[in-house]
Amino acid sequence: MTESQSYEDVVKDKTETHFAQFEDERKGLIGKVQHALHLNPALVPLIILVTAIGLFGMILGQRFFSPGTLTLILQQVQIVGVLAAAQTLVILTAGIDLSVGAIAVLCTVIMGQFTFRYGVPAELSLLIGLAFGGGIGAISGFLVSRVKIPPFIVTLGMWQIVLASTYLFSRNETLRSSDLRADAPALLFLGNKIQIGGANFTFGVILMILIFVALAYALRATAWGRHVYAVGDDPEAAQLAGVNVHKTLMSVYIMAGLICAVAAWVMIGRFSSVSPSASTGVIGNIQSITAVVIGGISLFGGRGSIFGAFFGALIVGVFEMGLRMAGADPQWTFLLIGMLIIGAVALDQWIRKVSS
Amino acid sequence: MKKLLIGTALVTIATAGSALADDHATSACLITKTDTNPFFVKMREGAAAAAEAAGITLNSYAGQVDGDNEAQVAAIETCIANGASGILITASDTAAIVPSVEQAREAGLLVIALDTPLDPIDAADATFATDNFLAGELIGQWAAATLGDDAANAKIAMLDLAISQPTVGVLRDQGFLTGFGIDTVDVNRWGDETDERIICNEVTAGNEEGGRTAMENCLAVDPEINVVYTINEPAAAGAYEALAAIGREDDVLIVSVDGGCPGIQNVADGVIGATSQQYPLLMASLGIEAIVKYAADGTLPENTPGKNFLDTGVSLVTGQPADGVESIDVAEGTDRCWG
Repeated sequence: MTESQSYEDVVKDKTETHFAQFEDERKGLIGKVQHALHLNPALVPLIILVTAIGLFGMILGQRFFSPGTLTLILQQVQIVGVLAAAQTLVILTAGIDLSVGAIAVLCTVIMGQFTFRYGVPAELSLLIGLAFGGGIGAISGFLVSRVKIPPFIVTLGMWQIVLASTYLFSRNETLRSSDLRADAPALLFLGNKIQIGGANFTFGVILMILIFVALAYALRATAWGRHVYAVGDDPEAAQLAGVNVHKTLMSVYIMAGLICAVAAWVMIGRFSSVSPSASTGVIGNIQSITAVVIGGISLFGGRGSIFGAFFGALIVGVFEMGLRMAGADPQWTFLLIGMLIIGAVALDQWIRKVSS
Repeated sequence: MKKLLIGTALVTIATAGSALADDHATSACLITKTDTNPFFVKMREGAAAAAEAAGITLNSYAGQVDGDNEAQVAAIETCIANGASGILITASDTAAIVPSVEQAREAGLLVIALDTPLDPIDAADATFATDNFLAGELIGQWAAATLGDDAANAKIAMLDLAISQPTVGVLRDQGFLTGFGIDTVDVNRWGDETDERIICNEVTAGNEEGGRTAMENCLAVDPEINVVYTINEPAAAGAYEALAAIGREDDVLIVSVDGGCPGIQNVADGVIGATSQQYPLLMASLGIEAIVKYAADGTLPENTPGKNFLDTGVSLVTGQPADGVESIDVAEGTDRCWG
């Protein structure tokens, strides 16, 4: 046996000894909870969601705790849910997208007006709408990654530009449900539903869930997903590690724009009409950011699970439905959601201490 | 996390499986555009009082901003899930809300449009409203009569509601022009008129801030404006501020629609020349009574003869009555005002 080999014996002899390893030094329940939350950022919103459903179920009984009502909540959050998926991607790169709702409304108008004003087949209009969504995302992405304008400013501007374009292009015409049903059933496709017992799952709801599952897989298990987290955590370090920051940012904004266009299709399905003055254009951005923040995704980027945003959207939906059913003044809903937002970020700060 | 998910799913399925019909008493829903505008606050009070008198439950919902169709759709869905007997709604987007209203009617709920007719009007079971065209016509006639011969050279600012042209705004606007004696071209749209007496069409969102900005914009086009039509009294108050800022508050006629107490006070103070008063409390209380009747034996409410809705009445309130235009004085207006 040579000298060089013998040092390996140490490893063999001392297998009991731990080498480079993080020690969990925190003692007690609180420390363990903090650690668990750090590993599973979507755990907090899930617990809040389950508690809220349980509480409202106890107070309101069968009216609330029925398959019909619970799936109705899914239908009511489907638009905000899809927008929150787009918002999550952008926020994971430490950005923010104020234009998501406006892009969705513009895409509904494009899909509708191309069909009715220009006589384009509805299926093709859908693709044109998706292309517009992706295109707007590409412009924002370019301005953020190449021109180096802060995402807040880029999307604040884009929000206004897109909203104004919506009004100008649509001439403020609402396309009615009777026309859509007669001439463009493809636009209403996502409004169809599958009934299981008393539960109603619209295709829009199913699509929303598929989007979350697909993005969760992509973010967790593909190189692209890890690059998104890396860029959000520290773009310079990511660059040094060989990540193409520009390409990653572009892909994120294009993807976000595309998802907003999908939200547009979901929207037409849900409302069976196309209204350029839909309030999603004005408050959709805030609603999606709310879902993301309540979902425990860090606004500083690079941390959080996309399922958190899904749970966040559902929490808002459950609160709104529960309080409405109880006959409470709608202002209470906004008040409670405001408290949830601040609570969620306070919790995020506390969890972050685990890593420092 | 998995355990929690599975657990929730199991509990949901278990409880849902044994779902029983709830035997709750008759209940009604009131869905307004917002819950900050005094018009809707008063409407809610009227509905709440009538509901209490009839011994039924009333749930009230509202959008977060004016024009918030999504919140109203969610509210209708809640009413259906809640097993309500009927819905009273002032729609934010009169065309876009129709599919949800159809859903509610299919589920056996009585849907009554309050104040704002749906598009088309027969999408609801009934409409309880002010004749908004008549309301506009009355202030138009009053303005023309007050100006006398000068009406031919009037310079008019039209301060409308919103660019989406909700029917209530269109009816008042076109009614005013008709009453004043101006060709409305297409009576279903404002802003397409060619009469040179109309200086501007601006939107106000129906509040003071919007009214002031809109008036400033109009004055920038022509500082000689001497007649101002406003969609409602808050917008009129805003317009007055803009006029006062350039010292022209005394030589301009401002007319409006609504009949809220602050608005009537403004008529008394000379801020507004004349206003058409409507009666939201009556709309709401009649609406609740109709729902109670419908829940009892399925009776549907009937329209005012000659109109395709139930007219809850309108009166012109002014301190300076004009010849040939019927009006009530400020004291009577104050007695019947709301908000």
